[in-house]
Amino acid sequence: MITYDSITKIFGTGKDTVTALDNVSFTMPKGEVVVFLGPSGCGKTTTLRLTNRLETLTRGNIVIEDQNIMDLDIVQLRQRLGYVIQAIGLFPNKTIAENIAVVPKLLGWDKERISERIDDLLQMNNLEPELYRERYPAELSGGQQQRVGVARGLAADPDILLMDEPFGAIDPINREEIQNEFLKLQANLKKTVAFVSHDIHEAIKMGDRIAIFDKGRLIQYDTPEVILTQPKNKFVADFVGSDRALKVLGLMRVSDVVNRRPKNIVQGGDRSPEALKFLDARGFRYGIVIERNRPIGFVTQKSLKYEEGLVRDVVERYPLFLRGKTSLRDVLSFMLMHDAGTFCVVDEDRNFAGTVTYNDIQKAVKESYADEAESDENGGAV
Amino acid sequence: MSTLRFIVDNFDEVMYLSWEHIWIVGVALLIATPIGVVLGIVITKHEQFASRVLNGANILMTIPSIALFGLMLPVLAIVNMGLGKVPAVIALVLYSQLPIIRNTYTAIKNVPPSLVDAGRGMGMNKWKLLRELEIPLATPVIIAGLRTAAVMNIGIAAIATYIGAGGLGVYIQQGIARVYPEMILSGAILVSLLAIVVDGGMAVLERLTTPEGIKVQRKLAR
Ligand SMILES: Nc1ncnc2c1ncn2[C@@H]1O[C@H](COP(=O)(O)OP(=O)(O)OP(=O)(O)O)[C@@H](O)[C@H]1O
Ligand SMILES: [Mg+2]
Repeated sequence: MITYDSITKIFGTGKDTVTALDNVSFTMPKGEVVVFLGPSGCGKTTTLRLTNRLETLTRGNIVIEDQNIMDLDIVQLRQRLGYVIQAIGLFPNKTIAENIAVVPKLLGWDKERISERIDDLLQMNNLEPELYRERYPAELSGGQQQRVGVARGLAADPDILLMDEPFGAIDPINREEIQNEFLKLQANLKKTVAFVSHDIHEAIKMGDRIAIFDKGRLIQYDTPEVILTQPKNKFVADFVGSDRALKVLGLMRVSDVVNRRPKNIVQGGDRSPEALKFLDARGFRYGIVIERNRPIGFVTQKSLKYEEGLVRDVVERYPLFLRGKTSLRDVLSFMLMHDAGTFCVVDEDRNFAGTVTYNDIQKAVKESYADEAESDENGGAV
Repeated sequence: MSTLRFIVDNFDEVMYLSWEHIWIVGVALLIATPIGVVLGIVITKHEQFASRVLNGANILMTIPSIALFGLMLPVLAIVNMGLGKVPAVIALVLYSQLPIIRNTYTAIKNVPPSLVDAGRGMGMNKWKLLRELEIPLATPVIIAGLRTAAVMNIGIAAIATYIGAGGLGVYIQQGIARVYPEMILSGAILVSLLAIVVDGGMAVLERLTTPEGIKVQRKLAR
């Protein structure tokens, strides 16, 4: 846990002073990723650098697990905080292995332990150790260098990681990939991570919480959902963008809205006239067709009419099935692409686990905006 | 051709004078290097002295060598060392300072601040940073400074013969006095040859001290 208590940082003296941070207080819970978000110059980097004392606080306190950072030995403090900088900053004269070994060597680990650790870290970051250990940073692509940067930050297994736009210097496709990799890592490692970004998408994706800064002040500190659905003021609303309904969808999963017991189920082995009668009696325009507990497609009243055979012979197959963790943003996109209003959800064994309809999605979005609807009345023009 | 004849006929003496020449320059560099490198590093960490130190070294460099010998003579005469190798070496040490300090200072300053920052952020102290990052990256440039100093000193040492330091300048000085063209030419050619060989040697050293990673970086950048 890291507590920032009324921290203020003023650069310079006399006339040319810059207040980089102005009385900022918040707490980063253990094991969570907190994204520092905001426009250029708002004080994100400064907050990080105050934490590992590359800059000195003007006023206020930073407390890590009950210890004021000013009471700690500066070198020990820095070795406890993994640091990944914006510019990657790998030492060009050292091999990848030597780069990763910097902090373990400072801590006096023995050779074998360091060597094992390097292999583990490279593997963890999807880099083949035999291939990359002895290479130099210049021989790696931007994305690979960034991975090594992360590995170096993790080298001595610090509880806390300070990452300053760690994935800023790579192209969007690779960034997406490395973000996913990092999330997977983090799911196991559960580090407390301060993650600087100025990209709202990245913040929503990576953050358990987001701290939005503007001109040295902390404007809002909340979970991504709350930031998107209840922006505190116009600055935050503008910063997260007018498409925040879509961004909320990016956060919600199929499992949040799935209808586990839809009533319009017919079996593939049923005969068509009976299935038609069943749907008609309950007023369903279509039915989900299931065989041996697996969904295969759907039938409409229209397609069943005049049919005499089994339902499975007239079924229209679904182009795809959803998983519980699929984001609603993707589901909506599938619906638009396939001109479909319903999709089936399956579990790991491809067994039927429910349905998601367009209406379910719409309802979920409306609910998440219930609070904002009121504030919109006082000036909700777009 | 008669110059070559002169060199062959006086081969032992030629070898001796060459050795003397190399000795003066070599000793001067051995003394000048630690002083210049340390000064160069110190002024990167204490920026307020940088311009003063560099200006000082610059002024030293502008004093003509003959004048410098003249200036030192009365001072060193007190300890009975006004003439000979001692004032020669001292002068060469002084002249070497500018290229060595300047190159060290620039090279260390040119280490990207983001790298230094990353190192400090990981808990490296000043010494570790110097040893593992700044000096390795700066070494080839520092060697380039030594190269400049060495070549320059070979020329200046030839003049130091006027204060009795010996070396290949002896042939030039005596050749002029005796109006002996072969002797003058021998001295001049040998001094030039020495400068060329040392320059080449230092160039090799420069390449050898370039960290492998930097060589790779350069190759890929091309
Ligand atoms: N060493 C310094 N000396 C003087 N002013 C500084 C220094 N470091 C930062 N500042 C100023 O403090 C403010 C906050 O800077 P900071 O680097 O924290 O911004 P940031 O949010 O990280 O921006 P970016 O997204 O561009 O990286 C800026 O106005 C900046 O100019
Ligand atoms: Mg920054």
